Amino acid sequence: MIYSAIVFLPGLAALFVGLFGRALGPRPSELITTAALIVSCILSWIVFWRVGFDHETAHVTVERWITSGELDVSWAFRIDTLTAVMFVVVTTISALVHVYSIGYMEEDPSRPRFFAYLSGFTFAMLMLVTADNLVQMFFGWEGVGLFSYLLIGFWYDRPAANAAAIKAFIVNRVGDFGFALGIFGLFAVFRTVGLQQIFDAAPAVAGQTFLFLGHEVDILTTLCLLLFMGAMGKSAQFLLHTWLPDAMEGPTPVSALIHAATMVTAGVFMVARLSPLYELAPIALQFVTLIGAVTAFFAATVGLVQNDIKRVIAYSTCSQLGYMFVACGIGAYGAGIFHLFTHAFFKALLFLGAGSVIHALHHEQDMRKMGGLAHRLRFTWTVMLIGTLSLTGFGIPHIAGFAGFYSKDSIIEAAYAAATPNQYAFWGLVVAAFMTAFYSWRLMFMTFHGQTRADLQTYKHAHESPPVMLVPLAILAFGAVAAGAAAPFFVGGASADFWGNALFEGSDNHVLHAMHEVPDWVSWAPTIAMAAGTLLAVIYYILLPALPALTARIFRPLYLFLWNKWYFDELYDAIFVKPTFWLGNVLWKVGDVAIINGFIDSTAAGVYRVTARAVRLQTGYIYHYAFAMLVGLALLLSYFMFMSGGH
Amino acid sequence: MTIGIGHYLTVAACLFTLGMLGIFLNRKNVIVILMSIELMLLAVNINFVAFSYYLGDIVGQVFTLFNLTVAAAEAAIGLAIVVVYYRNRGSIAVDDVNMMKG
Amino acid sequence: MALTAGFFYLFSVLAVVAGVMVIVAKNPVHAVLYLILAFFNAAGLFILLGAEFLAMILIIVYVGAVAVLFLFVVMMLDVDFAELKAGFIKNAPVGLLVGGIVLAELVLLFAGRGFGLGTAHAPGAAANAAAGVSNTQALGLVLYTRYVYYFEVAGLILLVAMIGAIVLTLSHKPGVKRQSIAKQVARTPATGVEIVSVPAGGAFIPADGQG
Repeated sequence: MIYSAIVFLPGLAALFVGLFGRALGPRPSELITTAALIVSCILSWIVFWRVGFDHETAHVTVERWITSGELDVSWAFRIDTLTAVMFVVVTTISALVHVYSIGYMEEDPSRPRFFAYLSGFTFAMLMLVTADNLVQMFFGWEGVGLFSYLLIGFWYDRPAANAAAIKAFIVNRVGDFGFALGIFGLFAVFRTVGLQQIFDAAPAVAGQTFLFLGHEVDILTTLCLLLFMGAMGKSAQFLLHTWLPDAMEGPTPVSALIHAATMVTAGVFMVARLSPLYELAPIALQFVTLIGAVTAFFAATVGLVQNDIKRVIAYSTCSQLGYMFVACGIGAYGAGIFHLFTHAFFKALLFLGAGSVIHALHHEQDMRKMGGLAHRLRFTWTVMLIGTLSLTGFGIPHIAGFAGFYSKDSIIEAAYAAATPNQYAFWGLVVAAFMTAFYSWRLMFMTFHGQTRADLQTYKHAHESPPVMLVPLAILAFGAVAAGAAAPFFVGGASADFWGNALFEGSDNHVLHAMHEVPDWVSWAPTIAMAAGTLLAVIYYILLPALPALTARIFRPLYLFLWNKWYFDELYDAIFVKPTFWLGNVLWKVGDVAIINGFIDSTAAGVYRVTARAVRLQTGYIYHYAFAMLVGLALLLSYFMFMSGGH
Repeated sequence: MTIGIGHYLTVAACLFTLGMLGIFLNRKNVIVILMSIELMLLAVNINFVAFSYYLGDIVGQVFTLFNLTVAAAEAAIGLAIVVVYYRNRGSIAVDDVNMMKG
Repeated sequence: MALTAGFFYLFSVLAVVAGVMVIVAKNPVHAVLYLILAFFNAAGLFILLGAEFLAMILIIVYVGAVAVLFLFVVMMLDVDFAELKAGFIKNAPVGLLVGGIVLAELVLLFAGRGFGLGTAHAPGAAANAAAGVSNTQALGLVLYTRYVYYFEVAGLILLVAMIGAIVLTLSHKPGVKRQSIAKQVARTPATGVEIVSVPAGGAFIPADGQG
């Protein structure tokens, strides 16, 4: 009952406000949706306590959905610790974003639509995390994709927003194609889509192969890779990442909710949820680790040189998602989810803080036009400082630290313990930590410190946001600091108890143990990297402000390569977009117009030509017609006399 | 020689063919067409009566009677049409009667 | 028998020749006269076949009415004799060829085998004579009993033809005064009579000066 309430309250609010928002007016719409979310949030924390600490897992069937031959799908909730953690993350961030949006969007004429979409998105995400079978998960998966499209393109009169929304949807689609194929494959192999049934039957399929193009290919590896394609798309991993930066065209609360805390983490959630399958497909896990490490590194490099405040944070998100996938790939699912949990807090905090800055500067997003705002926006500066400290992993090993310190360092230690070839994952993540520190402090310094580069009017009018926007920031800041206290339960000694059966570990998987026994220097490595990055940022942006431009000039090709996002957009444009347009054009001009229309036109013209000749038979002279009859008669007579064998 | 039915049928065939030729070999006037039709009807009547004689069945002659009736009616109407046509178009040369040209 | 044969050949040759002349004759009046000749010969053939009633009907109706009607129309219409001098038609050979083929086939069909009839069956006249009725009586016996409905329908056809012919050719000349009985009967004193006062012993002189 309580689970249905948590999931359906946002959905009902979304439906109600969506249908009647225009009649209700903006204020009631805001209040209804926000209230529903707050109730849902409170209930989620209650559930979290019950499931995580009192071990009250549950399996709730809501309604029958599809019964067709072997396919038996119901709307059902699978409530275990993983679900509870996701409940808390989704509803808390969503409720806070709802409250924040009341202030941020107060001048927007389409507020009912916005809040309906936000609540609808939350509903879809909750359906995803509670899914007891793959089809329901796919429903939630597609639902969040849909709402992401609607919210990115919320200001639909802006062409850039429309283009970004389409790009997000299409790139997601590519991933969803793999996901759907994975689901089909799972059904074909296991004859069911229910998660528990698949998990129970998985060990039996573990080593089996099937014949593909003449090669014996491992079944579970293929399926897990296909499913991971969906995760790559949804979580903006390397190769399917191009949509995330463009998604910043949407309003900032949307970026905070969807593209920091919830939708993009759906991929991580999916891998963790299907851990029983992934643990039986080690090759797939290695691929996950590889992609995660590459993404972490790649996104961090691009974030170094971006000038739009939201884009820096977006690439930071991309990079941190890479961390989470590395964690899952090496088998430390608990660490990955822990980082998901803390990341939701500090990344949403950073986004909402950036929103506050943008709001204060009247929608200025270019950091080159900011600076010196620390005095005018004291509260925002404070919370963003906390967020940055958390993101960079500020803390002293074995003693204390912010939330991000605990989660990030646990992943890095686990990466070392997992011993990937040449420790590429470990070193990749450490270098990424170095770069994370650099670009995060770069953001802080460029925005808040030094001489302002904003124009005088804007600077003078810059003022702190109203309380309705500051309270969520405060709550998130608290979370960004205190969430680290949950470390023992997620990855520490109490983790086995806490997680219960939610995350599966294969018989060879001891990484959660081994990560507590790594050498000391490994525990200090990320902190040292973070310190080095911070120091470099101070040098570049506080002490020697001329240095960034100088470096960019000296290393111009490298700078351009990073600034153009490794030219991925141009690459994809040349490989995929242009050929598709060309094909469409050809099919239109040649296929449609020339061939099909030409065929029909020529048939019509042919009819005309034939009739023009046939008409000449009608001379108007009766005797011509009579003559024709006579000839016919003669022919008939001849035929019957001579051909039919006499009479 | 005995006159068999074949002889009568041959005569009828000749008259019929002549009637047909008359329809499309004449370019003079439309009345010749009507007369050719009468010739064809005559040939058919000869056929009927010949068969009636040789088969011993009076029905052939009954039908000939009806045929005669219809031929007369049709000749009357046909001539009426010719008269009206001439009144409107001023000519009954066959070559000029081509208003139905498609 | 030989007499029958001789008469047959006489009548049939004359009929065919007359048919040829109908088509070929330049003067339409001549054509009609040749048609009448063909009818007469056909009547003769009918008599040879024992159908006297039909032969007489042929002459009375066909010759006496239809052919005369033809004559009337030919003479009524102003046929241009100049066009009659038109020479051979262009595609006469093709037409003749096709007509010849048809004729040949018809003859082949009939004359060759003669349907196996010959004179095997007693000709109908003999059967009729044996029954003691004349041809006319025999026809009447059948016509008014078994085929009476067709007889009535034939009468209707003639009625329709008459109406059709009248409808087609009737034309009201403008300016012809006719009586309209309805109008005459509907006249009232108000429209028909005009009272004028005439001086005693004088004459009425209308205003328009007409006497």
